[in-house]
Amino acid sequence: MATAKAKTPAKTMTAMDHVKLARDPKRPHIFDFIATICSDFEELHGDRLVNDDRGLVCGFGAIDSYKCLIMGHHKGATIEENMEANFGMANPDGYRKAMRLAKLAERFHMPIVSFVDTPGAYPGKEAEERGQAEAIAKSLEFFARLKTPVVVVVTGEGGSGGALAIAVGDRILMLENAIYSVISPEGCAGILWRDGAKAPEAAEALKITAPDLLKLGAIDEIVPEPAGGAQKNHKATGAAVKKAVVAALKELMKLPVDELIARRYDKLCAMGRFSK
Amino acid sequence: MGWFEKKTEPVKIPPTKALWNVCPRCKSYIAKADWTANNCICPACNYHGRLGARQRIAQLADEGSFAEVFRAVSYSDHLDFHDATGDYKSKVEATIKKSGETESIVMGTATMGKVPVMLGVMDFAFMGGSLGTGTGERITRACEQAIAERRPLIICSASGGARMHEGILSLMQMAKTSAAIARLKEAGLPFISVLTDPTTGGVSASFAMLGDLNITEPKALIGFAGRRVIENTIHQKLPADFQSAEYLKAHGFIDKIVERKELKGFIVKMLNYFGFAV
Repeated sequence: MATAKAKTPAKTMTAMDHVKLARDPKRPHIFDFIATICSDFEELHGDRLVNDDRGLVCGFGAIDSYKCLIMGHHKGATIEENMEANFGMANPDGYRKAMRLAKLAERFHMPIVSFVDTPGAYPGKEAEERGQAEAIAKSLEFFARLKTPVVVVVTGEGGSGGALAIAVGDRILMLENAIYSVISPEGCAGILWRDGAKAPEAAEALKITAPDLLKLGAIDEIVPEPAGGAQKNHKATGAAVKKAVVAALKELMKLPVDELIARRYDKLCAMGRFSK
Repeated sequence: MGWFEKKTEPVKIPPTKALWNVCPRCKSYIAKADWTANNCICPACNYHGRLGARQRIAQLADEGSFAEVFRAVSYSDHLDFHDATGDYKSKVEATIKKSGETESIVMGTATMGKVPVMLGVMDFAFMGGSLGTGTGERITRACEQAIAERRPLIICSASGGARMHEGILSLMQMAKTSAAIARLKEAGLPFISVLTDPTTGGVSASFAMLGDLNITEPKALIGFAGRRVIENTIHQKLPADFQSAEYLKAHGFIDKIVERKELKGFIVKMLNYFGFAV
């Protein structure tokens, strides 16, 4: 019986299994990736307007021979950090900080590596008053035309507009168990099923797993995770991400800037291309 | 219990939707005929209600000048999406049949005050004005045609946000349209964004907020996250005027609130300032 059992293929994961893994608090977060990927990192703060948002971290970092701007959502590892960073839900100030430093990176032709892991942009009173919609919109417009390579890694939850705001780039990588969606499965279930508990159905219907997104053309490459998921082995996950990032940087840094921008535009236009 | 202590329940008269329109802002009952006669503006509080895309186009484009483009670019059911109440394809096909429109934005060339423009108007009645791949493609193509023909772009938004039935590719339309708007601006052409009631979610967080001028109408709802989502997150009641046109203007995100009857004149005047005049 034991041999027969061993031959049975592993039960395929449901979309909701991916959602649970993507949200696992033990999954590597931005500072874990920085620790395993960068030989040096200096965090830089503030949007020069009102605030230093803790939900989105930026800084200069070295990846092999590449001097980069690293940016990414910060969920936090402790309760204090979670609260301070709103669990990775960035405020408009976070997106404006990212744009400020990306503009600086552009001046010195530093490539940008962006780590995406957020439930969504922060839905708060001050966030609205300081223009959450405008900050995301401006960010999309800004990164679409930025004259330096941008490599995006969706590491956990790619939650809607708050994720997309720092996910416009030249190469979109995604960890095997990460998710990326227009709306959370719970939110979608609440609206279309009128029952948040139907999230597993919504997760399936929305097609939010890495293989589905690759098929849809929303991402370029899936980065494999160690057996059981990224939370089991931060170091191995970091190594796999580093390998993919370096390969992408190597290719992108060779491209003339005009071509880089033209390709990025064509890539965006191909999202929902129509023949008619 | 004495008869004089008896309490009577207050009589509730349910609104007869056939005859009356309830203003969503001041809750006044307005006879439907009066509402329509007043251009869907509340006579009590001046809330500028929703217009259909064709009505709006008739008010903005010079008479007979509007020529629709990209009508063949419609929805795409690339997820084969089903939910509890049925499938996306049947829903959107029913909407198309009922409305006569094939997407949530009607796009075309027109003249306004004799100035040739690209004019796009969203229709909230079409799937809540949601941003689908067809919507995004129409806007992107409009930017490209505007660049080729040196036309300013005017878009009137009315939308609940991205169309979740089209999944990740609907989200990507936020980036795609924003990139197209960026190219339009680089080409030296102006984009005037008119954020009408309501403009929220993925549409406010993309092209609608990227106007060289962001203009709106009195009491329009404009915001990113929904009021209930925010209240549940911060555990506080929000002010009544939160996310109103007036609130956004006070916080610096709207250039001007314009009355509907003055909207066309204002846009033409702005185009003249930009050097587009006949």
